[in-house]
Amino acid sequence: MKEPLGTTGLLLNEPLLWEKGKKGRRGFSLPPRDIEPAHLDKEFTGEGPDFPDLSEMDVVRHYTRLSQWNFGVDTGMYPLGSCTMKYNPKTNERQAGLSGLSTAHPLLPASLSQGVLKLMFELGKHLSEITGMDATTLQPAAGAHGELTGMLLIHAFHKSKGTQRSKIIVPDTAHGTNPASVALCGYKPVPVNSDEKGILSLAAISQVMDEDTAGIMITNPNTLGLFEENIRGIAQTVHSKGGLVYCDGANLNAVMGVVKMGDIGVDVMHLNLHKTFSTPHGGGGPGSGPVCVKNSLEPFLPVPRVEKRDGQYVLSEDYPESVGKVLAFYGNFGVMVKAYSYILSMGPENLKRASQLAVLNANYIKEKLKGTLHLPYDRPCMHECVFSDKYQMANKVATLDMAKRLMDYGFHPPTVYFPLVVHGAIMVEPTETECKEDLDQFIETFEVIAKEAREDPDLLHEAPRKCKVRRLDETTAARKPCLAG
Amino acid sequence: MKEINELILPDDLRYAVDHEWARVEGDRVRVGLDDYAQDQLGDIVFVELPQPGETLERGQEFATVESVKAVVECYLPVSGEIVAVNKQLEDSPELMNESSYGDGWMVEVNPKDLSEMDDLMTSAENLERLKGAE
Repeated sequence: MKEPLGTTGLLLNEPLLWEKGKKGRRGFSLPPRDIEPAHLDKEFTGEGPDFPDLSEMDVVRHYTRLSQWNFGVDTGMYPLGSCTMKYNPKTNERQAGLSGLSTAHPLLPASLSQGVLKLMFELGKHLSEITGMDATTLQPAAGAHGELTGMLLIHAFHKSKGTQRSKIIVPDTAHGTNPASVALCGYKPVPVNSDEKGILSLAAISQVMDEDTAGIMITNPNTLGLFEENIRGIAQTVHSKGGLVYCDGANLNAVMGVVKMGDIGVDVMHLNLHKTFSTPHGGGGPGSGPVCVKNSLEPFLPVPRVEKRDGQYVLSEDYPESVGKVLAFYGNFGVMVKAYSYILSMGPENLKRASQLAVLNANYIKEKLKGTLHLPYDRPCMHECVFSDKYQMANKVATLDMAKRLMDYGFHPPTVYFPLVVHGAIMVEPTETECKEDLDQFIETFEVIAKEAREDPDLLHEAPRKCKVRRLDETTAARKPCLAG
Repeated sequence: MKEINELILPDDLRYAVDHEWARVEGDRVRVGLDDYAQDQLGDIVFVELPQPGETLERGQEFATVESVKAVVECYLPVSGEIVAVNKQLEDSPELMNESSYGDGWMVEVNPKDLSEMDDLMTSAENLERLKGAE
């Protein structure tokens, strides 16, 4: 193995800002006052918030030091399954920083916002084309919000037919947000197990699909990283009983330009611009979860919608069947700019190639590591592969221990204990942006860790050993949380 | 985590497939989570219990248990009225790990039909099943 990435280095301790400040210190100077002070009414005065007094340098050093404790996709490989932590090209940031875009005000009239409206209009068109759908809303703030919007669209569709249904089918390989979105929209999620191949069988769907079921929520590729091969038949079955097919598009990174979701029976799907379309995420956002639909659902899309009339872009609310607004203004615009920049700079051929490489990279890791780690579903995967800790548990080394040990070697841990259908799951999604050398180093590192698990299990139980912060006491943190600053 | 042969499954209890245990105590049935469940869940950090006075059918959800690894729903092994809940779990959820059959009990039920107990697994049956699941 090459010299490991993980090393020790000088990291500086940093207290909380509240412990750092000193009364009277400040980071700005107000110009001399040239008017008499006026006193506020008593009702407007009182104790201010408890902010520390700090100089500019106090603040800069504080955040610089904290940033050095951090790990991001700009630091190293971040194979977090289901999250698509691909590298985000810096050109996206540059475009989003253009002052015409970054300072655009949402309350400006359309006539003064032609550029931003054009960008939104075209981004919607591009996303419709990539997914093979007919129309797109950019409003939802992130994936789960897109799911909820999709469920509202399905609800509106059935309502327009004068009927209402009570259930939605959700497979056991779904993202946890799926049944939550279903329930939030007032439907009852009906769980269905995947088969021994890790995918849904037509028989399982035929058994539960009935005329009280509004549709199915299917993630494709699913959270085991497997393509739902029976999707066409499943869609036909659902459609034949009057239901609709929702596709959770969180894993679209595997099939961009390869699968036209509209052609395989999907009626509505959401995308995660902050995954597939290379906008930064992690740490809570902001994300963007556009929803793409077939023509049958188009009348129900949220308003306002961007339209082109006589060469001018306008915002239209003139859709009487719309589910209304799902977010203030028009969505997370800055994220849209980055995704638009990504799509245009890649072009159709390279978007397809990105997906092909993402799949190749995942299969490479799967094949190389399947002797080292237990591979519950040994078949070609899409953009991610799922292992388990079955072999290592013989030495009482669990997924968590191996994940923590990866940090010592300079890798972000993969997703662990998800999907739930695999006991002790280790879900690796390398993404297309890792080169072969980095993939090899990741594979060799896992081999070393597996060896350590056999020879010195306690080394792993104590991991991480080199990080700024050692293993956290998650139990005490959860039982006795301290939420004060 | 425990090997199957390390599990504690007392003989005087009956077990449900979802890993709840039930024990007849006078005219009540006391319910908790078995050793396998607490071991698999790991450190339990939060327990949400029902209100005393609620009447539930067998198989209905009566509690939610959260550990550092997962959140699981618990299903009542026998039908009846909830007559007592273990208030100690509010502040000390770790009792479910430390004493799953003792101080870590969850609720007491006034059973509708005590013969439902016979539908639950014995210790030996539960052990056989867990071996099969390995």
